[in-house]
Amino acid sequence: MNHPSEKKLHYFLHLKVIVLIAVILTVVVLTTSAFKDSKTVMDIAVYKNAVTDSTESAEAFLQVYKVLMSPRCMNCHPAGDEPLQGDESKVHTMKVQRGKDGKGVYAAKCSNCHQPENTPGLHTPPGNPKWSLPPADMKMVFQGRTSHQLALQIMDYNRNGHKNKKQLLAHARDTLVKAAWNMGEGRKPPPLSYEAFLKAWDTWIQKGGYAPK
Amino acid sequence: MITLTINQKNYEVDVNPDMPLLWVLRDVIGLVGTKYGCGVAQCGACVVHLNGEAVRSCVTKVKRAQGGKITTIEGLSEKNDHPLQKAWIELDVPQCGYCQSGQLMSAAVLLRENPDPSDEDIDAAMAGNICRCGTYLRIRKAIHLAADMQRKVNRT
Repeated sequence: MNHPSEKKLHYFLHLKVIVLIAVILTVVVLTTSAFKDSKTVMDIAVYKNAVTDSTESAEAFLQVYKVLMSPRCMNCHPAGDEPLQGDESKVHTMKVQRGKDGKGVYAAKCSNCHQPENTPGLHTPPGNPKWSLPPADMKMVFQGRTSHQLALQIMDYNRNGHKNKKQLLAHARDTLVKAAWNMGEGRKPPPLSYEAFLKAWDTWIQKGGYAPK
Repeated sequence: MITLTINQKNYEVDVNPDMPLLWVLRDVIGLVGTKYGCGVAQCGACVVHLNGEAVRSCVTKVKRAQGGKITTIEGLSEKNDHPLQKAWIELDVPQCGYCQSGQLMSAAVLLRENPDPSDEDIDAAMAGNICRCGTYLRIRKAIHLAADMQRKVNRT
């Protein structure tokens, strides 16, 4: 016959197991529902043990979004197949086209005018060795996207240039991304400093890559 | 000293590596077929080929061209007999002529990459080459004619 205190101990052990299973199930269900529009994100192994925080992550993305929608980023992520230019994000002069690889076409390739570095002078072509648009088969459009849509797009391996979490984090350190803050004379910089952008970018991704509502 | 290969000939020039290639071509070497228009890559008068691409030499620093292969209008063909040059003469394309070397160099890249360009292809390739005389329609016609000539040569 069991002692009353042993009975009590068994009861608490069962209760603990039940509570533990309930917590695990809740976390799994919540995480899955948060990414139901972006199934591929769940497939990325690096997300397995991430400590996520949907509020902090989504708030950080709203900061990121301000930068991505500024002319310095959006001009080369247009909705159409022609880049935009200037602080007004007007369609690029000269009928410049994206081309298959995002580097222009024929005699109108990006690097024909955009040098490896900025050209001196007001409103002259800004430069970077990688100057280009995203390629035609992965356009990565920013123009016209809401913060919700853009966050889901960037976290979607099939729509973000096939980048996993590690590669997304590295992408913000890419020289072409950084070139947004070396915009040449006559152009406004993005609304956040590069350091603030990096911090927001990292927070957004490390905390789960959540999309604002 | 900077070594440049221009029209299959080597040149050694003692210039600032940041000097625009156009300055070197015209003022240092004396190849004046390439023209200065705007100086800020907006008009296309200064187009030359760097490793086969139609770069704007007014904003291309000479250091970028070092070790590369440069072709200017003087080197587009040996006897001024590139199909584009023949078509340009046949259709009397130029009016004042100032922009035409840039037009030809841009058109040469188009024809190399697309031997049978449509009007849309021509516009996409050539819209960055401005002509103040407005010879655009003749330019378009001449590119079609040159494409025909090129195809006939390739068939024989």
